Amino acid sequence: MIVDLPGTSSSAVARTLVDLRSRYGAVALGRVLTLVTLAQGADVEASIAAANHASHEHPLRVIVVQRSGAEDEAAAGHTSQAWQDPHLDAQVRVGGDAGASDVVLLRAGPALTEDVSSLVTPLLLPDAPIVAWWPGHAPATTADTSIGAMASRRITDAVACRDPLVAIRDRADAYRPGDGDLAWARLTLWRAALAGALDVVGTHGEPPGVRGVEVHGSSTSPSVDLLGAWLAWALRSSSQVRRVPGHGVAGVRVSFTEGDDLVLERPADATLAHLSIPGRPTRPVALPPRSTEDCLAEELRRLEPDEVYGEVLRRGLPRVIPA
Amino acid sequence: MTWSNPLRDPRDKRLPRIAGPCGLVIFGVTGDLARTKLMPAVYDLANRGLLPPSFAMVGFARRQWENEDFATEVHDAVREHARTPFRESTWTQLAEGFRFVPGDLANPDDFRTLADTVAELDTAQGTGGNHAFYLSIPPGLFDQVARALADSGLAAADAPDAWRRVVIEKPFGHDLASAQALNEAIERVFPPEAVFRIDHYLGKETVQNLLALRFANQMFEPIWNNHYVDHVQITMAEDIGIGTRAGYYDGIGAARDVIQNHLLQLLALVAMEEPVSFDARSVRIEKEKVLQSVRVGGAPDDASARGRYTGGWQGGVAVRGYVDEDGVGPSSVTETYAALRLHVDTRRWAGVPFYVRAGKRLGRRVTEVAVVFKRAPHLPFDVTDTAELGENALVVRVQPDEGVTIRFGAKVPGTAMEVRDVTMDFGYSHAFTQDSPEAYERLILDVLLGDPPLFPQQREVELGWQVLDPVLEHWASSGPPEDYRPGSWGPAGADAMLARDARCWRRP
Repeated sequence: MIVDLPGTSSSAVARTLVDLRSRYGAVALGRVLTLVTLAQGADVEASIAAANHASHEHPLRVIVVQRSGAEDEAAAGHTSQAWQDPHLDAQVRVGGDAGASDVVLLRAGPALTEDVSSLVTPLLLPDAPIVAWWPGHAPATTADTSIGAMASRRITDAVACRDPLVAIRDRADAYRPGDGDLAWARLTLWRAALAGALDVVGTHGEPPGVRGVEVHGSSTSPSVDLLGAWLAWALRSSSQVRRVPGHGVAGVRVSFTEGDDLVLERPADATLAHLSIPGRPTRPVALPPRSTEDCLAEELRRLEPDEVYGEVLRRGLPRVIPA
Repeated sequence: MTWSNPLRDPRDKRLPRIAGPCGLVIFGVTGDLARTKLMPAVYDLANRGLLPPSFAMVGFARRQWENEDFATEVHDAVREHARTPFRESTWTQLAEGFRFVPGDLANPDDFRTLADTVAELDTAQGTGGNHAFYLSIPPGLFDQVARALADSGLAAADAPDAWRRVVIEKPFGHDLASAQALNEAIERVFPPEAVFRIDHYLGKETVQNLLALRFANQMFEPIWNNHYVDHVQITMAEDIGIGTRAGYYDGIGAARDVIQNHLLQLLALVAMEEPVSFDARSVRIEKEKVLQSVRVGGAPDDASARGRYTGGWQGGVAVRGYVDEDGVGPSSVTETYAALRLHVDTRRWAGVPFYVRAGKRLGRRVTEVAVVFKRAPHLPFDVTDTAELGENALVVRVQPDEGVTIRFGAKVPGTAMEVRDVTMDFGYSHAFTQDSPEAYERLILDVLLGDPPLFPQQREVELGWQVLDPVLEHWASSGPPEDYRPGSWGPAGADAMLARDARCWRRP
């Protein structure tokens, strides 16, 4: 069900949620977290769809804060004008229209969205953790925003930024515990395959030392840098990153002080990669590209800071050498 | 081995536990369990990225199949029963490791063919000499298969760091003596730590959640004793009959089929003391301790009830009585319903009866543990105010709709003071994932990882039989069980058993 509330206030929206619950059953019981999404324009429906998908794994309340006409007004120098005419439109979606979540869409001008926390506070689930998500462009230091300071996790997506490779390095500079980026979640299958492969290399006691790591992938994918950074940090080695045409990560080669290399390669546009472990036959590995939905669901699985991501950003990235 | 994989940081909780290179050999691969549970579980594991690239699955059965026929068979089973969506890339990767060995369990030559196939997989597929043998066959054949595995050299790994494991399903015997004989047959060939006994109930999330509920929270454990608990009811009800399983079920009955294993395991988890840690050994020690202190509460006649369903209407469908099922004779005395009053002789539980019941063709399909509390020692209300107030209860639903319900009294709105029972409900699927993995996925993965906490050990199996044997002996000499209507909640004798204690069964 979709209920439109034009020209409203947050507490009126909260009353509507309670009312819907008593009229149509236990809509919001058992929700485990509030996801506050700071979206712009075209991102809105896509991010709601992703959140609904994630809600099948983590029942949540989604609050989407959409800044209306921000660019136009800022361009015209009208920002101060907005104080005179603060206007909040809301839409509540529950039941079949919201997957397993309930969705509150708030649209307001820059005056109101300046301080998101005051806008969303009446709508937050009591005692439940808050996750803030910027599906598109994100401020440099998300932890310093009013909603970022309240949230236990802050999720950004470097790929959605204008220059993804610069964006991920900005994240490194601004890192605070609780930060996360979907570029990191997109790597989980690759990392799992590599960790499993190294388990095998080490089955027969101490494996040979690592001589070097080479990662190749698309010139617009920050995940390529993060994978190189993770390997460099964990294996205490140097890490070369080579750019090739295509999408995402294309391959990884770990060379040892003796013996053959460990190679994991995915041909362009394929879902099957090939894994060569020294002394073993080459095997196919299913490595399908991950959707934003899956990555978001994974991010929401842990609500404590992802320390490994922090280490990779701060200590791994500086060790990555462009080839 | 002191080397630890630098890519596995203990803080890195995103990385899943993936099994190392290995193969799974399934005996009885044409059976129902293999088709509806094992094959889909293997596919779902692969789809979730939890199986190694070097994974192989070998089917062994008396069919003239080629590898491709087997792959088709698995494909159909996966399409029909898998939990996760079908993905071509997963399938392609997985199917490369499928092999089929047509063979007879009695023919040593066929086991030599199997040994060659396994060796071939080690080179072609890179399974590295690690293999698990899943015996999805009647327990009467375990001895024969174990010997054949030993004779063909399959039972022992050829490399020092490779492993061989064997997986067996219940029933683990039909009494203490047969359970011991069965175990001897298996352990003659496989060391105890290589034997994995599957009790799929223990793979269910809620069963593990029972431990979390009790030991991760402050609010339940203080009242989890005979000061506050009046009694405990453990129910496992099925709404179906035995169907085509007469060959297995007749002569076994409800008590041997589920009470000896599932319900006593649930009882152990409810009643055990806090383990010093959650490693497999500590949990097992506590479970064994509590199972040692379980005994039937009274003479068999007083402390047990059994029944079998008659024909009639159940939920608008005409159903046959147990003795009219295919493969069951009129002289059968097998029970399809069993209920027991059990006592746990510990300081914590002295005086608190544990009522367990299991049956087929009951009101609906449900498995639950209900901890029923004593009434408040003093009620500062008029008697009429609390006439509708029952006992507080905490109910852990294992299936379906896994979750926890708490029942307590609340004031009815209005000017009069009237207290009535209400419930507070926690649905596992409301608060967490809607697709929690199937029990078999978890258990197969644990076998491949060599992680034993969820598998009962032989000692627990034997303790279960020790509890049950006196009752089973008594039943064997007391004629046919009492009749009960299909779709009801069991025979009158079971209600009478609780009535003697001035209690009644919950309607689940």
